[in-house]
Amino acid sequence: MGLQAMTYFVVGLTFAIYIGIAVWARAGSTSEFYSAGGNVGPVVNGMAIGADWMSAASFISMAGLIANMGYGGGLFLMGWTGGYVLLAMLLAPYLRKFGKFTVPSFVSARYYSKGASLVAVLCLLAASLTYIIGQMTGVGVAFSRFLGVSNAMGIYIGMGIVFMYAVFGGMKGITYTQVAQYCVLILAYTVPAIFISMQLTGNPLPQLGLGSGFVGTDMSLLGKLDTVVTDLGFGKYTTQVPGSLLNMFVYTVSLMIGTAGLPHVIMRFFTVATVKDARYSAGYALIFIALLYTTAPAVAAMARLNLHATVNKAVMQDGGDVFAAENSIVYETRPDWMKRWEVTGLLKFKDLNGDGRIQYYNAKSKDADFLAKVEAAGWKGSELSVNRDIMVLANPEIALLPNWVIALVAAGGLAAALSTAAGLLLAISSAISHDLFKGIWFPNMSEQKELMTGKIAMACSIVVAGYLGLNPPGFAAGTVAIAFGLAASSIFPCLMMGIFSKTMNKQGAIAGMLSGLGITMFYVFAHKGIFFIKGTEFLGLFGGKSSFFFGISPNAFGAIGAIVNFAVAFAVKNMTPPVPEEIAQMVEDVRIPRGSSAVDGAH
Amino acid sequence: MSTDNSSKAYWKDTLSLVRNMLIIWFVVSYGAGILFAGALNSISLGGYPLGFWFAQQGSIYVFIALIFYYAKAMGKLDEKYDVHED
Repeated sequence: MGLQAMTYFVVGLTFAIYIGIAVWARAGSTSEFYSAGGNVGPVVNGMAIGADWMSAASFISMAGLIANMGYGGGLFLMGWTGGYVLLAMLLAPYLRKFGKFTVPSFVSARYYSKGASLVAVLCLLAASLTYIIGQMTGVGVAFSRFLGVSNAMGIYIGMGIVFMYAVFGGMKGITYTQVAQYCVLILAYTVPAIFISMQLTGNPLPQLGLGSGFVGTDMSLLGKLDTVVTDLGFGKYTTQVPGSLLNMFVYTVSLMIGTAGLPHVIMRFFTVATVKDARYSAGYALIFIALLYTTAPAVAAMARLNLHATVNKAVMQDGGDVFAAENSIVYETRPDWMKRWEVTGLLKFKDLNGDGRIQYYNAKSKDADFLAKVEAAGWKGSELSVNRDIMVLANPEIALLPNWVIALVAAGGLAAALSTAAGLLLAISSAISHDLFKGIWFPNMSEQKELMTGKIAMACSIVVAGYLGLNPPGFAAGTVAIAFGLAASSIFPCLMMGIFSKTMNKQGAIAGMLSGLGITMFYVFAHKGIFFIKGTEFLGLFGGKSSFFFGISPNAFGAIGAIVNFAVAFAVKNMTPPVPEEIAQMVEDVRIPRGSSAVDGAH
Repeated sequence: MSTDNSSKAYWKDTLSLVRNMLIIWFVVSYGAGILFAGALNSISLGGYPLGFWFAQQGSIYVFIALIFYYAKAMGKLDEKYDVHED
């Protein structure tokens, strides 16, 4: 079977499975729609969290990001996993004990205020909508690259599939499709990695391969990579830091508490039967996530080494001279996979010095010695531009793996994007139907009407998400990072104080959320424009230097926003009336597991 | 929850367990993975410089172990103070 036919076959098969599950798992009650009936086992829930969590960005882009950043890429690995420790110990068990369907309904009850709930809904919508744009564009990209259909067509197909299982199945349909999607995406990620690790190190486990010797030499793989990239003027792979250590530290904090504050992840803990299961399912979730997250750094380093070895023959020689003219490969003799990916524009060659050979190095290096050697070799600039997504997408072809593996990677990328989109859509539609319609506007709505409202809200969210995917706002590339900043600075501190402080009152919580969110948006807007409109950046007010606050980049600012949130909340609390008696009692109740019941919608 | 005192003791034990877990959580990620990564890199673990290993592999393994240890220890605390679910 040809590659195209094989890809259609594998992707079609996985879609048939998802639709089959959708037919089987229709939601008949609000409990099934919002929380899958509240009886999902911890292992199944862990797997669903894994699929919910690992988005198109994790699957397609993360390894490439790490490949470029080297050691500093560890901030994504630690940040996106360390948050689960916080979730398991600080939030999940207590929110499960509280026993309501959504995050805003906890906020509404704990802070005895519909105003607080409204602010929480706004924060949730801001975080989830920015996040979903990235997923929808991811769906379009995956379809167009692998199936040869247009980007727009890809998004329509994706919307159709999600519609079928999310609208009719709600959380129940989403949970069980996510289990299937997890299996597809993890196979698709690990199979090529195992082959490549085997080829480069002789060790089939990528996690061990990354720390093994490089085949045919007495060097370690990482030692070899360090030598190669520094020879070519890049930063040393195993020590390269993004900005400063302080920035890396704060960035990691932001991602961790952002992870713990993302509503679509928190919601998943409402689907298990007991508080005990909530604790364990965070552990299982992290195991399933770690399978991909510990493989990714191996994929990153190995793909980077492979890429350099492909274009510069000195890389594979002992003590080879990367500057020797004959070592840069002749463009006409480049391997087939490069030709295939050039068509997509993800790989571009421009012969700057007209020698017909490919020179790929760090033209922005400031090292005088290196620049002198570049000059002497007659290099006129780096001639290859490489999109980071290639590190995962082209991996199986670089390693000459069979067609079914390439087809599997296509299905995996789609599974990752669709599963995360579905989880986000559920968080958005339940905030609208449960917290806005039922909670604030029509408290007397019947369950059947609420279920119908939920389904309509879901259908509308899909259309809005699809529209945003088709017409991504100019800031689409940075949206995922911004979603984390919003969750970190608004939702996480609010929930923490709700559980761990018996005295935090509604005034404090509302002021905290608004100021945390406000200062984070302010810092981001200063760099990227007011509501991301080009030309409205106002860095000039702060001396015109980017990352003006102690060198902290805007994507890393959520942690600072969270600190502001806590500080403002406690200051305002001390100036306003104390919490009512029964709220303190409610907090006491939330802290012990006994008496947990199935989550429900009653207010 | 029989008395107010046992409720206080349960919460105190819970907080100290969480505090200990988070100290380890902080030490492996922010300590070994970031602040002291440079120093640890002079030690190697197989072909890995140790600080690099903590940042890209080790801290994740420790996180998993921490959550399961916590879940188990909390289960015991729940039974000890008789606040577990049936």
